[in-house]
Amino acid sequence: MQITLNGQIQNIENSQTVAELLEELQVAHKKTVVERNGIIVMEELHKEEGLKDGDRIEIIHFVGGG
Amino acid sequence: MLNIGSMTFNSHLFLGTGKYKDAKTQLQAVEASETEVLTFAVRRMNLFDSSQPDPFEQMDVSKYRLLPNTAGAKTAEEAVRTAKLAEAANMCDMIKVEVIGCDKTLLPDPVETLRASEQLLNEGFTVLAYTSDDVVLARKLQETGVHAVMPGASPIGTGLGIINPYNLSHIIEQAKVPVIVDAGIGSPKDASYAMELGADGILLNTAVSGAGDPVKMAEAMKLAIRAGTLGAEAGRIDKKFYAQASSPLGGLSI
Repeated sequence: MQITLNGQIQNIENSQTVAELLEELQVAHKKTVVERNGIIVMEELHKEEGLKDGDRIEIIHFVGGG
Repeated sequence: MLNIGSMTFNSHLFLGTGKYKDAKTQLQAVEASETEVLTFAVRRMNLFDSSQPDPFEQMDVSKYRLLPNTAGAKTAEEAVRTAKLAEAANMCDMIKVEVIGCDKTLLPDPVETLRASEQLLNEGFTVLAYTSDDVVLARKLQETGVHAVMPGASPIGTGLGIINPYNLSHIIEQAKVPVIVDAGIGSPKDASYAMELGADGILLNTAVSGAGDPVKMAEAMKLAIRAGTLGAEAGRIDKKFYAQASSPLGGLSI
């Protein structure tokens, strides 16, 4: 399936859910927040939240700042 | 003691986490500063570059109150989205509303800052509003119910210190909520001066992270804030135009 991941179009073959996507991207151990089509997916729902072709997924994290 | 919303702090120094040369230096600087509040930014992850530094590497964030900023937002809506993202990650004890309206000076957009603050207050956030040193805007932010106003000493990252102590004094005098001087602090004297003027706290980042020895500067800022606080409590002497001898004029032997 094709999704827009952090602004870039990507083909995702192995992930059906948000949780699987984070694993596939090797960022599951990091502190992140996921938006699917502009709506935050809370962490406890990552395993249930399915992905669909054409989804816009944003993976957000925290960086140094003042 | 510094009270913001339902939180109480012994330290009057809030520290940013940007631009340290490495995680170890940051950790040591944070510890030397004795800060209880850390500020950081919320960003889209670069999924194609795993070398991105983690600002909390080696740090136990549970020891601190977390104050994410909304830097990068140019509208109230973008600021609200950023705050909600931080909250969803359980990384938001308070939100620093920062809506920049000018790329050259990085001065905040007053209208969007006010709108963002109102919206975030309605959502139940503890809101600390970064503002310029505009006296009227600081009052209007206060009237919306923000939990602290954070006037800049001077533009972000300039290290110019307090360029308008007159405005800052008026903001402090009218304040019904804590005033945290945020941005533009360059050296310990600036932090001390802000506290002497009656500020309740200081938020700084570059002054420490960009210093020759960030750990030493973190301690210097801690001490400067303490000195300024004590000085303000003690009450300084009036300034006089003519000299007044400290030693008695009577009993001279010559």
